[in-house]
Amino acid sequence: MKLTRAVTTGLAILGLTPALVQAADLTVTIENLTRGVYFTPLAVAAHPEGSQLFQTGQPASTQIQAMAEGGDISGLAGQLSSLGATQANNPAGGLLAPGASATASLNTDGTANTQLSVTAMLLPTNDGFVALNAIDIPTTPGTYSFYANAYDAGTEGNDEVRGSGSPGEAGFPVPPPLEPVVGTGATGITAAAEGFVHIHRGVLGDSDNGAGPSDIDSGLHRWLNPVARITVTVN
Amino acid sequence: MNRKANLTGPSGVYRWSAILGITALTTLLAGCPFDGDSDNNSDTDTFEVTITNLTAGQPFSPAAVIFHGQHWRAFTTGKPASVALETLAEGGDNASLLAEAADASQVYGHASGQGPIAPGASETVTITLPEAHNRDGMSVSVLTMLVNSNDGLAALNGVSLAALEERQSLNFTALSYDSGTEANTETADTIPGPAASGGAQEGFNPVRDDVRDAVALHGGVVTQDDGMTASVLRAQHRWDHPAMRVTIVRTD
Repeated sequence: MKLTRAVTTGLAILGLTPALVQAADLTVTIENLTRGVYFTPLAVAAHPEGSQLFQTGQPASTQIQAMAEGGDISGLAGQLSSLGATQANNPAGGLLAPGASATASLNTDGTANTQLSVTAMLLPTNDGFVALNAIDIPTTPGTYSFYANAYDAGTEGNDEVRGSGSPGEAGFPVPPPLEPVVGTGATGITAAAEGFVHIHRGVLGDSDNGAGPSDIDSGLHRWLNPVARITVTVN
Repeated sequence: MNRKANLTGPSGVYRWSAILGITALTTLLAGCPFDGDSDNNSDTDTFEVTITNLTAGQPFSPAAVIFHGQHWRAFTTGKPASVALETLAEGGDNASLLAEAADASQVYGHASGQGPIAPGASETVTITLPEAHNRDGMSVSVLTMLVNSNDGLAALNGVSLAALEERQSLNFTALSYDSGTEANTETADTIPGPAASGGAQEGFNPVRDDVRDAVALHGGVVTQDDGMTASVLRAQHRWDHPAMRVTIVRTD
């Protein structure tokens, strides 16, 4: 289910269900477990049951595409707002570096926001993103750990060369911290957009910083899922 | 028990199982089985820890098995590795890590595996602990080097055994980590395992020359078959998560 449909479903639930809310005051800590992959600004939101960011096997929404190709979460934030979501976006204040953590606080008092989603683009990738997609927020106070996988939005071919962060344009953006570790002059890998969201197959990369098929470093930027640990503390 | 502070508590383990295939036979309301009153048959608690190598071509170094309280950790992701962890991860030598564990007040017991564990093989390590009156947060860590790598290890990093009753078992699958202490050159001079035969096969070296001095989840090896020409490794040395299975049986 794309978020566009999810919006409708979520609103329907809101409209038909009397106020049966489970208040929760929680913190959400996102830890980048990778050795060399950056997370763009994170979307962190509690939202109603019946809504989710994406569904594997289905095409990504344009909002997921904008996030996954360029790290732009404004579209997702707007959709989540229309759902009445509780949001604490961009807890890292920018990129979340490998090995780093960031914590967001959410208070869902007075809402029907029982689901938690977290997502951000992975750099360097063409349209890879980390996601926790609509999990049930625990209702019993305590601390809970979840691992989050990397997905491919399926909206852009994984050519693995420097380029654009705009939706529909080839290549991936290279913000300053990545500049020294991303190569140049790659010929590019022949790849087409897959058309549906799926677990990311990983990047190929190569060992040549100035040529070769990929601007990604195979010895630094590869990962094996999962890529993040998300620790939820329900107060 | 204090579930609020229990990072790897029953619910957390359940969620991991959904995501990573970890099967933990937990019972949420099991109470605390290590309080000394739940076991009337003997004055000890005995655990059989069976370690299985799930990789295709990465022998495990002799494992370090450590039973400890909920706050002790052999390492923390995102933080620099201790020298003891570096020694295990670069050279397969668990002696320093076990010696440090022996001195830690939160460690209840520890043991070394008998030897390397070949791909596909298993080994069982038995630990007997004197029965204690308070082992709240009882957890286990199991660590072993993937010896055909620069500084890769497979590890269970402090998982809760709070739900493990007498004559029951728990199953876990373990992720693999990069200790972040050595560059992943994959050369025969820097990898101690049999894949590097003919090279210097260096183990521990105190120099820290990885891109970031911090433990991370391992991204796998590239290998010469995938374009890293300086690598001595071949396709069969690649692996994925999980790299290790650990089954823990509490026999008394």
